[in-house]
Amino acid sequence: MSTLHTVNKSPFEKNSLETCVRLASKGNAVLMYEDGVYGALKNTAVANLVKGAMSNLQFYVLGPDLKARGLDAAKVLDGIKVVNYNDFVKLSVENDKVQAWL
Amino acid sequence: MKLGIQINEGPYTHEASVSALNYIKAALAAGHEIFRVFFYHDGVNNGTRYASPPQDDVNIVNTWSKLAKEHKIDLVVCVAAAQRRGIVDEGEQKRNGKDGNNIAEGFRISGLGQLIEAAIQCDRLVVFGD
Repeated sequence: MSTLHTVNKSPFEKNSLETCVRLASKGNAVLMYEDGVYGALKNTAVANLVKGAMSNLQFYVLGPDLKARGLDAAKVLDGIKVVNYNDFVKLSVENDKVQAWL
Repeated sequence: MKLGIQINEGPYTHEASVSALNYIKAALAAGHEIFRVFFYHDGVNNGTRYASPPQDDVNIVNTWSKLAKEHKIDLVVCVAAAQRRGIVDEGEQKRNGKDGNNIAEGFRISGLGQLIEAAIQCDRLVVFGD
């Protein structure tokens, strides 16, 4: 049973990313979108949290939401896949459940 | 695949409505079915036809109405959340003795059972909002 976790708030506003990473099971997918994309960036206070979880979880970040904030994909941590809305749909279909961390 | 959508956030609060609309458009293009969109909490504010944003701004309410018409999508507004926020259809207008109604085209007011049904009937329930 695999789950897609979605995080839509900045880790500097809410602790939903931290909670998600702590509770998600090994092999699950995590998609960061809306202000959640700030969790995918290099050199932030949560970068080590995300990097540390990469052996257990596959992280994705929504490209259009990076672009809307003027953030270049080059600023995204290595190992995080930049995806679009078609991929978002695919991820929610490929996994058995979608869990939104609001 | 059959997909259900839940929206908990107003149309101009953060981005939930726009994210959900983009997601739904991508899902429809990929051949999936949108069984229902359930508007809960402040999400009910997506369903008032009295919204009149500036002309150069996205009219989110109209976008929902148009999408619902084109793809026959069931847009359901939670009745208890709607009553608190003044989202009214003809039935609610009569029942609560109001002087008008404001529900937008393509939306209907119903209960939480509709969300439960969507959760049971759909292969996935995707939640947007706060």
